[in-house]
Amino acid sequence: MTDNTNAISLVDRRRFLKLAGVSSSGLILGATLPNFQPAWADIAGTAAKDKSAAPLNLFVSIAKDNTVSIVCHRSEMGQGIRTGLPQVVADELEADWDLVEVVQGLGDKRYGNQNTDGSRSIRNFYTTMRTMGASARTMLEQAAAQLWSVPASECQARKHRVHHSASNRSASFGELAELAATQKVPAEDTLVLKTPTNFNYIGKPVATYDTPAIVQGKGVFGQDVILEDMLIASIERAPVLGSKVAAVDDSAARKISGVVAIENMDGGIEPPLFHPLAGVAVIATNTWAAMKARRALDIEWTDTSHASHDSAPFIETLKQRVQQPGKVVTKYGDVASSLASAAYKHSATYSVPYLAHASMEPPSATAVVKDDHCEIWACVQVPQATQQHVANALGLTPEQIKVNVTLLGGGFGRKSKPDFAVEAALLAKKMQRPVKVVWSREDDIRHDYFHAAAASHFESAMDDDGQVTGWQQRTAFPTISGTFANGVEHPSNGELSLGFADIPFDIPHRQCETAPAEYEARIGWLRSVSNIQNAFAVCSFADELAHLRNRKPDEFLLELIGEDRHIDPNQGDFEYGNHGASLKDFPLDTARLKQVLAVTAAKADLTQKGDHVQKAGEGWGIAVHRSFLSYVGIATKVAVENGRVAIKEMHCVADVGLAVNPDRVESQMEGSMVFGMSLALMGGINMEKGAVTNSNFHDYPLLRMQQSPKMSVTLMGTEHAPAGVGEPGVPPVAPSITNAIFAACGERIRDLPVNKHLQLV
Amino acid sequence: MELTINGKVHQVDVDDDTPLLWALRDELKMTGTKFGCGAGLCGACTIHINGNPARACLTPIAAAKGAKITTIEGLSDTGDHPLQQAWVKHNVPQCGYCQSGQLMSAAALLANNPTPSEKEIDSAMSGNLCRCGTYPRIKAAIQDAVHYYNASEQQEKQGGE
Repeated sequence: MTDNTNAISLVDRRRFLKLAGVSSSGLILGATLPNFQPAWADIAGTAAKDKSAAPLNLFVSIAKDNTVSIVCHRSEMGQGIRTGLPQVVADELEADWDLVEVVQGLGDKRYGNQNTDGSRSIRNFYTTMRTMGASARTMLEQAAAQLWSVPASECQARKHRVHHSASNRSASFGELAELAATQKVPAEDTLVLKTPTNFNYIGKPVATYDTPAIVQGKGVFGQDVILEDMLIASIERAPVLGSKVAAVDDSAARKISGVVAIENMDGGIEPPLFHPLAGVAVIATNTWAAMKARRALDIEWTDTSHASHDSAPFIETLKQRVQQPGKVVTKYGDVASSLASAAYKHSATYSVPYLAHASMEPPSATAVVKDDHCEIWACVQVPQATQQHVANALGLTPEQIKVNVTLLGGGFGRKSKPDFAVEAALLAKKMQRPVKVVWSREDDIRHDYFHAAAASHFESAMDDDGQVTGWQQRTAFPTISGTFANGVEHPSNGELSLGFADIPFDIPHRQCETAPAEYEARIGWLRSVSNIQNAFAVCSFADELAHLRNRKPDEFLLELIGEDRHIDPNQGDFEYGNHGASLKDFPLDTARLKQVLAVTAAKADLTQKGDHVQKAGEGWGIAVHRSFLSYVGIATKVAVENGRVAIKEMHCVADVGLAVNPDRVESQMEGSMVFGMSLALMGGINMEKGAVTNSNFHDYPLLRMQQSPKMSVTLMGTEHAPAGVGEPGVPPVAPSITNAIFAACGERIRDLPVNKHLQLV
Repeated sequence: MELTINGKVHQVDVDDDTPLLWALRDELKMTGTKFGCGAGLCGACTIHINGNPARACLTPIAAAKGAKITTIEGLSDTGDHPLQQAWVKHNVPQCGYCQSGQLMSAAALLANNPTPSEKEIDSAMSGNLCRCGTYPRIKAAIQDAVHYYNASEQQEKQGGE
């Protein structure tokens, strides 16, 4: 790629050694990795510690002691990506997994996209990782060929050694490492990828790389970073969006021992982007002193237009608006006349409240700023955006910001917003000492980028035979676009692509519309995003129609979906996102949806012909939904007795295509069921006068073990290309529960959460 | 102040009202015990005080004086406590943040009740939240560890005799 490879490599190695003591992450250098194309890099410095490692490409280096270091450039937040991606590389490389060391990649645009969101790490990097592994394997084979003076085609890598069977010679990867690094990097089109029958690790339940450390308390999360001479900051932030500090009395706080400084944080910026909120930071020698002194602050905040926002009446307003004509997104046939001439009509309005992420680890970031350089350690999903936003705040360039990604104690989309890393950087600059910003649970719940409160309305027309002929749907919720631009009141095409304008039903007259919603609090992505409200509403409404027409829900759904076909939801100005993939590579395939539906229905004992109650107080509900290019069905059994509901069983059927690590796919589906139960049964952020009234797990509860039912996960469709895993399990959970509740007791819950209507056991 | 943690005596110089959690994490740099809620609601900071599970975030350091404190770092020397082995076998953790607390609650349960019923497991673990949703695997791992645990207890007893 370049003529001066060695020179560059040497310089980088020196820089690496300088930094090696600071972090276990190697210095990553190499050629540009545009988008998802592999880097044909002949330079890289992924070497771990002081082993003399030979970098073979951006992602792989091999040390003389036989250790293979593989870079994971995506953030680990429990989805198992630090196992999944390296496992793909190791397979193509023919490495022995026991000799693999996973190195966390720094924030660096040469990796291409590092935003760990959208359930896309595997689906977007599967081929890249295979190519990286194959490239390194080929270079090792070339090295062996040179060593033995035989044709490379006669040398074959197998389980961490290269073999030449004709002469019965072999050499370990470590023995070949240095020579391999001098080989010409093979052109992409010359690489031969393994055939799936020869996979050692892909498709196998390889044990999670970090588990042994985690069970000994040795995993290092954002909150766990400790630097020499470090100070701790706890920040009291503006309770209402747009508000700033008007006055502060910190005299009592300053008297608390351990307090080093008290600093005003600028803020109140709209649109909020990833700017820190306005507030007052207490900086102390220890966390307890910082928290205690913070409670002693007396702060007056400026008034803002959002201070009249009350979430409960806001949701009622949205529900009114979606019952009025709105802005048309897509239109098929003539809905108005189909509704006017319908033999039967039905309508329903649904709502989902604001929701918080509440990852078990509250956000935290540590920063050091020296002259024109800043180093960050943080539990972020977006290391490059962190570089960018920290650089903006400090007046530096992204290249001057080094971002070390720690383990994330859960992310779910919250840690895609690096506001907390910017806070740490600003305070570290002020203090000229390392500063760790520790968010408390209360901070996390009150100052989230919330899942939008949403209302949805559906109207349907049916003919004499019970066929659905017309379908009107309307939605309103504060858009995530409001986080990036002022005055946006309608959802983006991206949000409308999440189970709204892509409903896979074969209905001749259909219309999708939006109604406006004001942006009153920071809004962001939460695991599966708008699919939450869309799947809840669509799968509920379809179930309502089935029961109204005395039909079994699964049979009715099959009819609604119609023939096996590929659907193209693009129409007019509506550009379908398809989760960033092309419809050619990942069609919206009704056959796969119907297969998942059939298997899901078989898990349940579904109600026949309007007979709601199978056994006194028990009922099954199902829901199926395509999101993140995957198809997931949930079957749930509930028991309702004396106004109290318990989830008895839950079964997940998932077609996510090829499961690189089936055990981690199953665990993601288990987790999605628990996440979905929390939001459906008890999730809800309440705002009064613009401020969040919830504060901790007593008033923002999560599902606990005794509420967690017997579960199963069935994977299917593994012959297809790998699709999304982290999020698509969530959307069908809520409607499967409320459909089951209807089957059990005849009560239709249209406003989440369930515990507003029924007590939870 | 002197604290006995995992069999070793440590000196800490902090205010008496400091929760044990921050003495462990900030002063002693033992970060295995996690900060989740600061209010005893999530169990991420679960430790043992004289063998009983306690929330380090609600335990003032003054109350820990003279007590035998065990943290996740002291659950075993090499990560081979039957529960740690079962956690690995069942691949329990997802993000892993709550797992120190989960393991400490489970270890206290088995130490006091070597053959817990499913209800007793639910009850002992009800104070430990997991946002990733590892509950089914935690339960399976505890049930599995019960067999190892009782077998190794048995061996120890026999060895002692």
